[in-house]
Amino acid sequence: MKKQILILLLSILPLAVYAEGNVHLEHAPIDTSDMASVQRGAKHFVDYCFSCHSAKYMRFNRIGRDTGMSDAELRENLIFTTNAKGAPTKLGALMTVAMTDDYAKQAFGAAVPDLTLEARARGVDWVYTYLKSFYVDPHRPTGVNNTVFPDVAMPDVLASLQGMQKAMYKTEEHQGIQVESIDHLELEQPGSMTEEEYDAFVADLVNFMSYLSEPVQNERKSLGWKVLLYLAVFFVFAYLLKKEYWKDVH
Amino acid sequence: MGKLIGWIDDRFPLTKMWNEHLAEYYAPKNFNFWYFFGSLALMVLVIQIVSGIFLAMHYKPDADLAFSSVEYIMRDVPYGWLIRYIHSTGATAFFIVVYMHMFRGLMYGSYKKPRELIWLFGMFIYLALMAEAFMGYLLPWGQMSYWGAQVIISLFGAIPVIGDDLTLWIRGDFVISDATLNRFFALHVIALPLVLIFLVVAHILALHEVGSNNPDGVEIKKNKDPVTHIPLDGIPFHPYYTVKDIVGVVVFLFIFSTVMFYFPDGGGYFLEHANFVASNPLKTPVHIAPVWYFTPFYAILRAVPDKLMGVGAMGSAIVLLFFMPWIDRCKVKSIRYRSSIYKVNLTVFAISFVVLGWLAMQPVTSTITMLSRVFSIFYFGFFVVLFITSRNEVTKPVPDRVTE
Repeated sequence: MKKQILILLLSILPLAVYAEGNVHLEHAPIDTSDMASVQRGAKHFVDYCFSCHSAKYMRFNRIGRDTGMSDAELRENLIFTTNAKGAPTKLGALMTVAMTDDYAKQAFGAAVPDLTLEARARGVDWVYTYLKSFYVDPHRPTGVNNTVFPDVAMPDVLASLQGMQKAMYKTEEHQGIQVESIDHLELEQPGSMTEEEYDAFVADLVNFMSYLSEPVQNERKSLGWKVLLYLAVFFVFAYLLKKEYWKDVH
Repeated sequence: MGKLIGWIDDRFPLTKMWNEHLAEYYAPKNFNFWYFFGSLALMVLVIQIVSGIFLAMHYKPDADLAFSSVEYIMRDVPYGWLIRYIHSTGATAFFIVVYMHMFRGLMYGSYKKPRELIWLFGMFIYLALMAEAFMGYLLPWGQMSYWGAQVIISLFGAIPVIGDDLTLWIRGDFVISDATLNRFFALHVIALPLVLIFLVVAHILALHEVGSNNPDGVEIKKNKDPVTHIPLDGIPFHPYYTVKDIVGVVVFLFIFSTVMFYFPDGGGYFLEHANFVASNPLKTPVHIAPVWYFTPFYAILRAVPDKLMGVGAMGSAIVLLFFMPWIDRCKVKSIRYRSSIYKVNLTVFAISFVVLGWLAMQPVTSTITMLSRVFSIFYFGFFVVLFITSRNEVTKPVPDRVTE
């Protein structure tokens, strides 16, 4: 009966049943008001992600305006591309990439997702943990797999920095069946960064992606308390006015 | 000034309307906390209409452009983010305010004779509001917009014989597509707001015809001053309740602004995480749940194993509310003077509504399904128990005058 109900429910409602690995997500140590960190993250993003991943709802000069980079600094640090005619990409251009979905499907077997809103769609902790969770898996076409996003099509782009990790397995008994699962990842072959350096690198990158997903968040928070303060003051007057009028009721 | 008003009054009933609806509309003087929500609902309606007008200036109802036009509003339009958050937070606020307003009606028997039509107009407002919110939620064209609409529209397919053609007619296509988006936009910005405004006017006119109920459920018009014919327990809406409601408005705006400026996503309940991914007809999100304000009814739908029966149960969960004036046969209005059976019954109903809402947000497991059934039974049980027990309910004596 239970099974029938489940089947019925699943047939009515297109609820997908595949589950992404329920791994524990690490807390991303970020601060979106730290503009130096956002700037470093923007640089990392352009250096490592931006060849394949677009951020197509964002404009280059918006990053400059929000993080305090001049046009010259933007050109020096973030804009390395040209338009179809060979002229340098404009400062106000959207952050698109040349890679097409068709090309990406040939190369990776999947279209490369746009990353503008990734941090909002998945959460900063997810992105932070994901970027630290690649491990060597010879069964995958890219040679790597990811504990947060199993069988991900993306290669381990940051391996040269982090190094290569290998999965350490544990065996547990679930209802009489031996189940093998990944316990933790261990660094097998070090990269160019120490663990602390790499964590800081990823934190900056995630901080930028958080900013990227909602560039207005600092402005939002700073406008917020002013509005609340205004309302708090207004409340005093509104309350006194009410009291004055109501004193002759009863 | 007086001359100008006189000139207008000769041609339009300005002073007459002002007096009828504000300065000489006598409301009971014992309104409590629960009586803020009516005027707040009206204010939220205005907030939604005004913010909606500005959004519509920049939004593109086109399957290729809709999602990016929302991001354009969030990034490139000056203060577009503020307008968008006002509108998205306003949707949630609207339902919170309306649910509080409806619960007030249940507690104090505001649906009872002679206020049946006020209640019916109100229920139609609630229906129109649900349609308005549902269609509005498609417009950002994210994954949850798309798949949420897919699920809800597919429910109409459960209706025998005409079901499939009906879903086709609603969508205007075989799947949710540009055609659906365009018509939902038209309905969301023109048709339903017009219906809402018309119903709100009818709701208020009906209220001002019979007069407001109050926490004691006493008809204040029964005790009038013999000379002035003004109800002894009544005070003019303006200025007394206008100045009181301003206090309510400020408190409301404080909470509203706190959410809007500091938790615009509402932890993924007001703006769902999956809706930050552009809609993709080929990729179903892992977990589809409607926005929080629909979840109690969604839980009832999921609790029933048969699709048609589920849709029927969900529909009747709403339809039954329309019949409250006739289901509740007790003459005493206010919960203050009613039996403990009614008090327990209404409490269980309110708890069930909230719990069902929570249950629908959880992924389906056998425990969740079982709990959904139990609480669905409690939900419907409210009406059954009320119908049976209200006939000869043992009530406390109702005072002649309001008590506060």
